[in-house]
Amino acid sequence: MYGNDFGDFDDPGAGPLNAADTGEVEAAAAHADRRAELDLSDFDAIIAADQRIEPRDAMPEEYRQTLIRQIAQHAHSEIIGMQPEGNWLTRAPSLRRKAILIAKVQDEAGHGLYLYSAAETLGITREELLDRLHNGKQKYSSIFNYPTLTWADIGAIGWLVDGAAIMNQVPLCRCSYGPYARAMIRTCKEESFHQRQGFEALWDLMRGTEAQQAMAQDAINRWWWPALAMFGPRDTGEHAVKGGHTAQSMAWGIKRFSNDELRQRFVDMTVPQAERLGLKLPDPELKWNEERGHYDFGEIDWDEFWRVLKGDGACNAQRMERRVTSHKQGAWVRDAAAAYAAKSEGRKAAASNEGSAA
Amino acid sequence: MSSDTETTAATATGGPATAGAAHTAYLLGLADDALIYSHRLSEWLTWAPMLEEDMAMANISLDLIGQARSIYTYVGSIDGTNRTEDDLAYWRDEREFRNVHLVEQRRGDFAQEMARMLWFAAYQKGLYAALSGSADAQLRAIAVKALKEVRYHYDHAAQWAVRLGDGTGESHDKMQAALTWVAPYVAELFSDDANSVAAADAGVGVLPSTLQAAAASAVADVLREATLEAPADSRWHARGGREGVHSEPMGYLLAEMQHLPRSHPGAAW
Repeated sequence: MYGNDFGDFDDPGAGPLNAADTGEVEAAAAHADRRAELDLSDFDAIIAADQRIEPRDAMPEEYRQTLIRQIAQHAHSEIIGMQPEGNWLTRAPSLRRKAILIAKVQDEAGHGLYLYSAAETLGITREELLDRLHNGKQKYSSIFNYPTLTWADIGAIGWLVDGAAIMNQVPLCRCSYGPYARAMIRTCKEESFHQRQGFEALWDLMRGTEAQQAMAQDAINRWWWPALAMFGPRDTGEHAVKGGHTAQSMAWGIKRFSNDELRQRFVDMTVPQAERLGLKLPDPELKWNEERGHYDFGEIDWDEFWRVLKGDGACNAQRMERRVTSHKQGAWVRDAAAAYAAKSEGRKAAASNEGSAA
Repeated sequence: MSSDTETTAATATGGPATAGAAHTAYLLGLADDALIYSHRLSEWLTWAPMLEEDMAMANISLDLIGQARSIYTYVGSIDGTNRTEDDLAYWRDEREFRNVHLVEQRRGDFAQEMARMLWFAAYQKGLYAALSGSADAQLRAIAVKALKEVRYHYDHAAQWAVRLGDGTGESHDKMQAALTWVAPYVAELFSDDANSVAAADAGVGVLPSTLQAAAASAVADVLREATLEAPADSRWHARGGREGVHSEPMGYLLAEMQHLPRSHPGAAW
């Protein structure tokens, strides 16, 4: 019932709503495993042939650690992202929207789960990864340090934040590490659905009352720049980061496109959608550049980017506090489940011993 | 009769274009139980002890909101008011809600939730099994689907009750305390009122009192496996929900749930 009941916004002539709508995910899913045929076993040869590394393969330790860090931070982002969206579960304005939002937050938990599972194939446990999140050694996407203040923020997150996330994630469907690539294929399909739902929620607001339109515009004013910042620092120029991991990740087939390339694609795809919605993007420098064949846009406030990344955003402390509290509060339940499982195993073993003795 | 739902229902039952007040009041009781419990379960998201439980709580919450939406839509089509599911969920006041007190109580700890879910699902299991033979064809269809869902809810709660009861000393004590906490709210699930009597007489509904023995026996089996004791009966018992007399948490729940649409009368979302 929270399914394919999309309204008149679904105009097939208007182009894809997000990067997963382009067939790229399906193309990645169809990637042919030719390792046996090519007789590949060496790491560098597998990477060079654009084949997938699997958990049992030998791999450079730095490759393993890079992937653990990236997959874990992605998983952390999924579960921290449940908080700003969960903030509206009890206040969704219709039963249909409420059901859609419950399903969406459930999906984020599911994404977290299969990303942690993908990371576990690299020889680390979910518990260890959660520890690294809780003690601040690993981060989650900075976007979730912004608050969801109105219902329209839920639409804005779906449309912009999920849209940006998909733009980042679609190339990861072709990541050289097999379990991560496969997790991304599944995630992108679901995120694509969320992004459409976000667009549709804003569509309805923009065709609603003046107050609803103002609510939608206010949300976009607050979420546009943080969404652009999701692609990370500039690749070149004064705002670039020296000594980043990009070049190595590209060589390893983990990263396929630079931050600025992906950001440009996102802007190009999103601006016409904003026009369809009737929303004004809060950037006076935003303008089509005929020569480049792309939209020009203004500079992100990089001071704010680094400030929020380093902990001084509206919700950094709140998100972590809640995450850690929730985890602590659940400890006795996890302990009970483990104790019961051990007892059950013991009873089963005892029963089978008796069986064989008799 | 205007909507498809109505036409289907009326054709299938050969029944009335508008149903009696007792019939729709009975249906609202079922839907309100489902919606309010769905709402409480959704509050678990990000607070569950593990990601798998976030997903399970969401799943059960989704099943229940689905049940509520089907029944509300049906009620709006047969009570002569043409109200939508959202009219019924967001624009009725507290005294018009017919859910039991059990489902409106604030979220407690995980053991309390499993105790509440165990009893509620045990009740719903008997309820929807009986309603699968209702004379009301629309309700019958809803019940057949819901029965599959609530069987899973029951199994989920039963498995956790056993794990917690027979887990660690701490979890055993918490689960035992949870059974004591939930006990005063159980009798209301199985209490007959004028609407359920009328609905049962018409072959539409089932008398809640007839569901008690089977539910109590199922819960007793779970407690035995969980090495838990049945709690002593409490001195007070919750009552009045089916007549719209609720407990204090209900007002806060509705204030939160209904605030946004009521701030924008006439708006669509």
